[in-house]
Amino acid sequence: MAHFTKATSVKDWLNQRLAVEKIEKVMASEYWIPKNINFLWAMGMILAITFALLLVSGIFLLMYYNPDVNLAFDSVNYTIMREVDFGWLWRHVHGVAASVVFLVIYIHMFTGIYYGSYKKGREMIWLSGMLLFVTFSAEAFSGYMLPWGQMSYWAGMVITNIFSLGGLHMDGLVEWIRGDYVPAQAFLTRFFMLHVFLLPLAIMGLIGLHFAALRIPHVNNQDGEEIDFDAEAKKYLDGDKAGSKVMRFANDFMSKDMMVVGIYLIFFFYLVFYNYGFAMDPVNFDPANGLKTPTHIYPEWYFLWSYEILRPFSINIGLMAFGFAQVIFMLLPWLDRSPNAVPASRRGKFKIWFWLLLVDMIVLTAMGKLPPQGIFSTIGLVAALGFIALWIALPFITMNEKKV
Amino acid sequence: MHNSSRRGFMGKAFGAVAGVGAVGSLVAMKKTWDPLPSVKAAGFTTLDMSIYPEGKLITEKWRGKPIFILRKTKEMIDSQTESQATRDIVVAGIHYMIAIGLCTHLGCIPAYIPAEKEFHCACHGGQFDWSGQVTKTPPPRGLDIPPFKIEGNKMILGEVGPEFQAMKDSGVTL
Amino acid sequence: MKNKEPLILVVVVAFTLLTYWLVEPFAHSQMHKHVESEHFAYADLAKLTKDGDVANGKVLVTGAAACAGCHSITKEGIAANVDAVTAAATYGVNPPDLSNAGVLFEARFLADLIKNPAHALKVEHKFDAAKGQMHPMVAFYGAGGDIDQEIADIVAYLQSIAVTKEELTPKMAFENACGRCHSMSYENWTQIGEKPKFKHKKDSLAFDIKVLEYQDSIVKYMGKLPPDLSMYYRSRSEHFLSTFIENPQSQLEGTAMPRVGVTAEVAEKIIEHMADAGDTKRAERASVGANVMIYIIFFAIFAFLWKRSVWRDLH
Repeated sequence: MAHFTKATSVKDWLNQRLAVEKIEKVMASEYWIPKNINFLWAMGMILAITFALLLVSGIFLLMYYNPDVNLAFDSVNYTIMREVDFGWLWRHVHGVAASVVFLVIYIHMFTGIYYGSYKKGREMIWLSGMLLFVTFSAEAFSGYMLPWGQMSYWAGMVITNIFSLGGLHMDGLVEWIRGDYVPAQAFLTRFFMLHVFLLPLAIMGLIGLHFAALRIPHVNNQDGEEIDFDAEAKKYLDGDKAGSKVMRFANDFMSKDMMVVGIYLIFFFYLVFYNYGFAMDPVNFDPANGLKTPTHIYPEWYFLWSYEILRPFSINIGLMAFGFAQVIFMLLPWLDRSPNAVPASRRGKFKIWFWLLLVDMIVLTAMGKLPPQGIFSTIGLVAALGFIALWIALPFITMNEKKV
Repeated sequence: MHNSSRRGFMGKAFGAVAGVGAVGSLVAMKKTWDPLPSVKAAGFTTLDMSIYPEGKLITEKWRGKPIFILRKTKEMIDSQTESQATRDIVVAGIHYMIAIGLCTHLGCIPAYIPAEKEFHCACHGGQFDWSGQVTKTPPPRGLDIPPFKIEGNKMILGEVGPEFQAMKDSGVTL
Repeated sequence: MKNKEPLILVVVVAFTLLTYWLVEPFAHSQMHKHVESEHFAYADLAKLTKDGDVANGKVLVTGAAACAGCHSITKEGIAANVDAVTAAATYGVNPPDLSNAGVLFEARFLADLIKNPAHALKVEHKFDAAKGQMHPMVAFYGAGGDIDQEIADIVAYLQSIAVTKEELTPKMAFENACGRCHSMSYENWTQIGEKPKFKHKKDSLAFDIKVLEYQDSIVKYMGKLPPDLSMYYRSRSEHFLSTFIENPQSQLEGTAMPRVGVTAEVAEKIIEHMADAGDTKRAERASVGANVMIYIIFFAIFAFLWKRSVWRDLH
């Protein structure tokens, strides 16, 4: 048994029992971050803050929301929006944060791809991050069902139908997922459970894993430089703060994190109060009606690119392409055959690949929302084929990349 | 040595027993997600087929899904192609087009355009003719026909009668 | 080393804005047909050229024109012959009370409505007299004199008894112009009026049954139940609502909804009432929003100052 002495202070008391000083060192003051990083490295903190906003606003919405098909719509639009003091604020924060969190996730992802931050021991960071993307997607989708508006209902119908797996006709599976022949009470309650309990739990676990995966390989930097963290940390602790290539996470890097967060929050609250329409689709303010399909059905903007990969093909090929798009990002660390963990700007063909992928996904996103007719349908098909071709080409263009 | 291998075996044995329990609980979890008996029981609808006007699309409801019923006009019956005729449903001598009113692509409700005698799906641009056959992709097949059983001039949706079974066997519907 | 951050910021912002533009303004411009407002001019209807005589108008409305046979004019003490439910069973919908018709509807619309209801209401696709489909409102064929003068008299009379523009509240505008077909449950409005508080459940249910009976009549008349408008302010854009009220056919060809014929000011009031129902806290949002924006700018400034002080030693 450990030996306890009479504590000399509250801190000492805690130290003996919880080793708070050591934890503080490991997590903050001696968690070393390279200095040569830019504001894109603050996206992790922005995501943490946004998740906190979602969690807090969600708690208050949960106090008045009613997961009953006859009451859900009114509990949101009447009770929360009209009666509950500041209910509208929680709802707008929740809705806007759910949309913006994906913008930041995409920036975070493309930062990782650009700087090669998924290689040389950082594979688990990438994998846990992609798992977070998947669970966030499921969280966003299940949350979108809850107001039980027209878009909730029809998006629920269309997305659960994907599980019939086209030519396999697994209608039983679809009915099992829904708990009914169509989205109805059982469907709403189970997605409610997923949204407020199981998925947030999974997300919090994965966030822990994501942070833990970062601890051993350390954060990447914007020059692809290999840093001897032990030597540089010693330099810093010996007093040469300016000469060392690393800095403390707290307060050094955190102060920059918070500066970026400050600018981000200006943008965020502008959206919450003045430009929320993109995140709260007008169609979803019509109550769910199983006998009337809206003229245009489209998912939220962050799902559009993968939706567009599904759409231009016949159903079986479309589903295969869709499945491909869902898993291919996970395999990035192994599809990129080059050992260079440096910015894309110094990687020749990979640089072209990176920008093509980004532009292609934006084109897919745009076409995914537009009505699938005429030129839009053709552009969508080309972009979907382009997406697949880019990923098939990746191992070949990185195989013979020159070592830098 | 003997002891440690015995311990290794017992460890595995305990693991196996625990595994059986875990799998057993999965069965319960799967069953809990199944549609409830009351939901399943609500799955039968009886229709009086004599009330439908000719040439006008009427939408009924079965298992929460829209059911299209179109009593065919004489002109339609006369012009029926062979494949259109395979989808024909005859109740007490009257010809009907009966189908689940959900696009076979991703489940939207196509709108009937009387002037063109066609169904147009607003979601992804699929089209069906008045007999329910697909005329423009992405839908992979014509409108599905719900399981039905004919009794006199009544039709029970949800039960499988010989006419439906024949359609299913010949691949007209799923 | 050169600071790349401004360039990175430009790239991130540019791609974000491009994506936003594509999926929001551009996509919506492609999905919804744009309808120009005609500023409630009703230019397709003839202008009233004659000055109306209020006294003669009153004689016509209560006499030869037989308006009061179907319409109540409560302001003038003319009550409805039958209750709303019975009226709807007869005419399809309860004929409006005419007390404030003069302020709600544009004069030239009123004039055309009296002469040829299906034409003014733009429902000739449903009511074609040649095919024997008569509009439930009987056209006025004149009382023997100059019909245009007589109609001008009627309009003048209706305008003379109505409240002034300033007295007309958004709620009154909505209830009179829309509320006989559309409910607005969030404002406790049903097609037969506001639902009172009942002491006994039996009375409350009896009222609900009346509403259902009334709704059955409208369904028969319109083809489907006109939607509840509680959340329409958020589910449709303001421009859509305004142009739809002006001319429903322009947005939804073949719709059974008649042209309402309200003036531009009344349309604005109707939309304001819809905003009160569907976006009740918009004023609070604006004021809280301004305060939060000011605070968050201070937050960012202080975060920047903190960062600068911490980083002074690091360079």
